[in-house]
Amino acid sequence: MDRNSFLKTLGVAGAALTSLPSLGKARTRVISPDWMGMLTDLSLCVGCRRCEWACNDANGLPNESLSSFEDQSVFDETRRTEAYKFTVVNRFEADGYPKPVYVKKQCMHCIEPACASACLVKAFRKTSAGPVLYNEDVCIGCRYCMIACPFHVPAYEYSDAFAPAVKKCTMCFERFTEQGEKPACASICPQEAITFGKRSELLQLAREKIRSHPDRYVDHIYGEHEVGGSNWLYISPVPFEQLGFRTDLGETPYPEMTRGFLSAVPLVLVIWPMLLMGAYSFKQRKQKAEHSCTIDEEEVS
Amino acid sequence: MTTWTGKLDSRDSWVREKLFLGMPFREYVRSLMTPSNFVVLVIFCIGLPIAVIRFTQGLEPVTNLTDDYPWGLWIGFDVLCGVALAAGGYCLASAVHLFGLKQYYPIVRPAVLTGFLGYFFVVVGLCFDLGRPWRLPYPIVYSFGVTSVMFLVGWHVFLYLTVQFLEFCPAIFEWLGWKKVLHWANKLTIGATVFGVILSTLHQSALGAMFLLAPGKLHPLWYSAFIPVFFFISSIVAGLSMVIFESTLSHRIFGHQVSHEHHANFDRLTIGLGRAAAIALFTYFCLKWIGVAHGNHWDLLGTTYGELFLMEMLGFILLPLLVYVWGIKTASARIIRLAAVWTILGIIFNRLNVSIFAFNWQLTDRYIPHWMEFAVSITIVTVGLMTFRWIVNRMPVLYEHPHFSATE
Ligand code: SF4
Ligand code: SF4
Repeated sequence: MDRNSFLKTLGVAGAALTSLPSLGKARTRVISPDWMGMLTDLSLCVGCRRCEWACNDANGLPNESLSSFEDQSVFDETRRTEAYKFTVVNRFEADGYPKPVYVKKQCMHCIEPACASACLVKAFRKTSAGPVLYNEDVCIGCRYCMIACPFHVPAYEYSDAFAPAVKKCTMCFERFTEQGEKPACASICPQEAITFGKRSELLQLAREKIRSHPDRYVDHIYGEHEVGGSNWLYISPVPFEQLGFRTDLGETPYPEMTRGFLSAVPLVLVIWPMLLMGAYSFKQRKQKAEHSCTIDEEEVS
Repeated sequence: MTTWTGKLDSRDSWVREKLFLGMPFREYVRSLMTPSNFVVLVIFCIGLPIAVIRFTQGLEPVTNLTDDYPWGLWIGFDVLCGVALAAGGYCLASAVHLFGLKQYYPIVRPAVLTGFLGYFFVVVGLCFDLGRPWRLPYPIVYSFGVTSVMFLVGWHVFLYLTVQFLEFCPAIFEWLGWKKVLHWANKLTIGATVFGVILSTLHQSALGAMFLLAPGKLHPLWYSAFIPVFFFISSIVAGLSMVIFESTLSHRIFGHQVSHEHHANFDRLTIGLGRAAAIALFTYFCLKWIGVAHGNHWDLLGTTYGELFLMEMLGFILLPLLVYVWGIKTASARIIRLAAVWTILGIIFNRLNVSIFAFNWQLTDRYIPHWMEFAVSITIVTVGLMTFRWIVNRMPVLYEHPHFSATE
């Protein structure tokens, strides 16, 4: 077996690796008509940040007095979610819109979550109730979920040496499944900018709002299709790209991105040993043939 | 009484022969006091306290990692570069054991050893980075995230470490003089090699595939559906270049261990390896352009990130490739070695681009490693080199054990 054949073999494997994504295409997407979601109406939000307070309160995060959340200076910079801030409100100025627009950010509770498909110990699961939940008990802290999340949501407890965990919004899963209450942010919002309900009904509500007030909303429900859809939805008076939303993420669910690669793995497992053992026995036979005529110099040395 | 001392004596001489290089303890300790060991000592004096801080106070005080940059130098360099550069083990093992390129036999062992230690210290580096390193075995024994590419990487690195250990076992058994076991270990080699090549193919490409989940974060010039193939081919490039580099160093430092005929052959082998590396590098260069064409990202070449990309493509792939070709044309092992070092830098540059420089390209704040992150990486590399030296000084890695020559 010479080097050329070696490269040929490599080429075959390369082709096997690249041409296979088509195999992973068949997928069954779970869409439960009953699962719960949230709809944030950005035209109603006034930036009072009470949801931030309520979120801290409900999740036992470090908190301050409610009045301190009226401080407007936090809006000077755009913030992201952090280990002890599961939700943050940011302020945006949009072209041709008279008022500032406030955007509440938190986990989107994706229908096919990137975080879950990234995790090597299955710490994330999409519940049939809707929320995407994280289980600290198995997490090894590789932070791949944070790399994968397209919305920059999960945060990490970097200052904890002994039990650091990934932190993010749970959509108050226990609150609504066990205590029958709305998620904390939806309960406190004085503007009723956040509606809690079945995702299917929220979609209808959103469509209804857009249809009856085309002057007040852009015709786009963010989260309906983005990265395969999410249980958290937004409607907005101005185009989403002006509000820090990524509108270039596409509609392909993230798990799809690696499915092709993963489905190629068994093939490599089957094809490679065959090729390699083939190469090996070929070489053996060739050597034996050479052996019978002359004794290979290198063999002697 | 007499038997007791007798036992002690034989133990004593075993320790002396096997561990102290045949010197009495004092002499051995004295032989360790060299300038290079002093540098090592200084590195440890800096690295060890940082390790203590890391494991008692968390990642915060020693790293500049943030929620937007959860992966920094330790993943980008220690893990991604470490695995790529350790690829020499499987490249050479398959060349010799599977494809019968016997002339490379004398450098298989050091390559396998480099590979094994490379992976081992990748795992050590990973333990610094993981939030809860004591849960490292979880994906193997406890909770299985089968949808995750990283799950695949975890399993493969674990299996591959085992395989490489098996592949290196003959050297250990020769060192210990266990003839029977050695016979069995030798028999395992072919199986281990085949298995090792499969595992390497998969996890080298899987490391790239991990970034498939970051299409919105990794710059489109680096993000490609082909990224697993890029990582795989470039691992061959990196592995071969690393073998050239590592064998050169070994020859300089441990030259006295190497037999005469091997010395004479050595330049020829280097050129042969250089030729293989050049072919792989050329393939890689073309593939990368196909990636750009596939995504139709030509317009991005004019941007700042485009410049970074061109710097990688031209300065760290094309140029070393030309140097390789020049070295082959002039049959100069020295030029080949230059090309190898350059290529290694290029692969490191690529892995850092993917994991750090071109990552989060749409964010304004950048991650710059904390000096302590550098210190830890340097310490780990140093420990790796020390271990290599310790083993090479004792076990039959660079030379053939007089009692067990290859033809047996
Ligand atoms: S927004 Fe991010 S963290 Fe939340 S479910 Fe989606 S991928 Fe996971
Ligand atoms: S950090 Fe934890 S939850 Fe996130 S991917 Fe790693 S193991 Fe899974």
